[in-house]
Amino acid sequence: MKEIKIVIKNLNLYYGDKQALKDITLDILDKRVTAFIGPSGCGKSTFLRVLNRMNDLIDHVKIEGEVYIDGVNIYDKSLDVVNLRKNVGMVFQRSNLFPKSVYENIVYGPKINGIRDKKILDEIVEKTLNQAAIWDEVKDRMNENALSLSGGQQQRLCIARALAVEPDIILMDEPASALDPISTAKIEELIHTLKQQYTIVIVTHNMQQAARVSDQTAFFYLGELIEFDRTTTIFTNPSKKQTEDYITGRFG
Amino acid sequence: MEVKKRKKDISGVLSLTIVRLMFFFLVFILILLLGKIFIEGIGVISPEFLLDEPRDNMTGGGIGPAIFGTVAVTLLMIIFTVPLGVFSAIYLNEYAKDTFFTRVIRTSINNLAGVPSIVFGLFGLGFFILFIGKGLDKVLQTGLLFGQPALLWASATLAVLVLPIVIVSTLEALNSVPKSHRDASYGLGATKWQTIRNVVLPQARPGILTGTILAVSRGAGETAPILFLGAAFFLPNLPIADLCIGGYCIPMINPTEQFMYLAYHIFIMATQSSNPTKTLPLQYGSTLVLIALTFLLNITAIIFRYRFRKILGRL
Repeated sequence: MKEIKIVIKNLNLYYGDKQALKDITLDILDKRVTAFIGPSGCGKSTFLRVLNRMNDLIDHVKIEGEVYIDGVNIYDKSLDVVNLRKNVGMVFQRSNLFPKSVYENIVYGPKINGIRDKKILDEIVEKTLNQAAIWDEVKDRMNENALSLSGGQQQRLCIARALAVEPDIILMDEPASALDPISTAKIEELIHTLKQQYTIVIVTHNMQQAARVSDQTAFFYLGELIEFDRTTTIFTNPSKKQTEDYITGRFG
Repeated sequence: MEVKKRKKDISGVLSLTIVRLMFFFLVFILILLLGKIFIEGIGVISPEFLLDEPRDNMTGGGIGPAIFGTVAVTLLMIIFTVPLGVFSAIYLNEYAKDTFFTRVIRTSINNLAGVPSIVFGLFGLGFFILFIGKGLDKVLQTGLLFGQPALLWASATLAVLVLPIVIVSTLEALNSVPKSHRDASYGLGATKWQTIRNVVLPQARPGILTGTILAVSRGAGETAPILFLGAAFFLPNLPIADLCIGGYCIPMINPTEQFMYLAYHIFIMATQSSNPTKTLPLQYGSTLVLIALTFLLNITAIIFRYRFRKILGRL
């Protein structure tokens, strides 16, 4: 009943000589939320960026192993990276809206994909802003600079912007770490609704958040995948000592 | 706790006094200089002075051709230097990998800005006039058209002179665009060029403009490099030729002519005049015009930079 969306096999990643990810093998389920937890510098964000090849933009990164999305090896030499990134959207730790209007931010993705028809663009804007549960707040502020919105609104706008290119998978890199509790709650609510349509992978520092939003949880430590299981299992009955120590706050 | 009396910090007070004195001395000199030029020069300025050609062996008339020449040369200079500088900077900052070779190029560009301008003048004479100009004449069979000092080569040389300024300020402007904005664009499936065109360049534009304006004001004030590149002692006729297409003729800048140049004109009036007492007020007037011109350009650049900072400050 549960389909596997992403398969990662024996993945190693090096920054120059330093190995940042060690032999990671992991399956990510379709239309589920998978959380990556672990202390700072454990490689979870790096791993997230493996999934849409954002690490390609950094010099001296070397990757070994295989990553399949819907059965396609995304590290195949003939693969179109641009097209991959359209299918695998990303939301970053800090809102990185462009210093343009709300409307222009949302239509940025569709426009670079060649959609010029104003009517279609308007529809995309309304649909994605509704999906991101921010339509009511910004529908009268379409032409305002997006940077004049509050931090929480900006982050939800980032999610809407990512949705506008119609991805299958959404990667979220600590999407709520810079937000207040109310805005965080809104983002988490949003993740709940979005997982009906999208496969979501989220990196988080906040363990309660991982417990609340995710179906599966992976615990990383020093570049290694220590444990990967259903979230309830990880948080109630972890099989490894290190995982237990981390989630009970004994280190990290 | 016991209340201690504050000790007098003698060295602190002393150094502050010295620094202050230096500062006021500098401001004093500046005011003296600008004030003198303004007071002596403002009386000469009139529409006739700005438009007319020099008369009576430079003891009368105006500086019209010199202003025209300065504007013409700087205009051509912009056309040469801006595309070259901006595109090289885009290549260096966005495409070129960080290797030993690109680092050497970056350092060279920075050092190029420190080369004395007379060296650029000699370079222009040797490279543009004698090599390229003479070469063109030979290939195109045009006799002596390109192989002589002319407006074209003066602009080209000034373009090379200000190129480092344009490149460095463009590099800075490109660098100041946050990486997170590029990430956002790539994350949405944009290609490198789409990201540069839609995200990077719009944000870097004020910085690039600032650099360009500063470069222009530097170029307009230079004298040394154009000494042997076509700046004329006295040339009442403007370097203009009619460009005719079909029956229609438009007057255009003729880049193969010699020209008068404001900065050079001041030099000439100061050193070659037959009647220094009579030319003195005209000199002050010309200097005032030149300073006003560069000041205006600098102010424009400052306004651009201010707006640029305000945009960045909001992020």
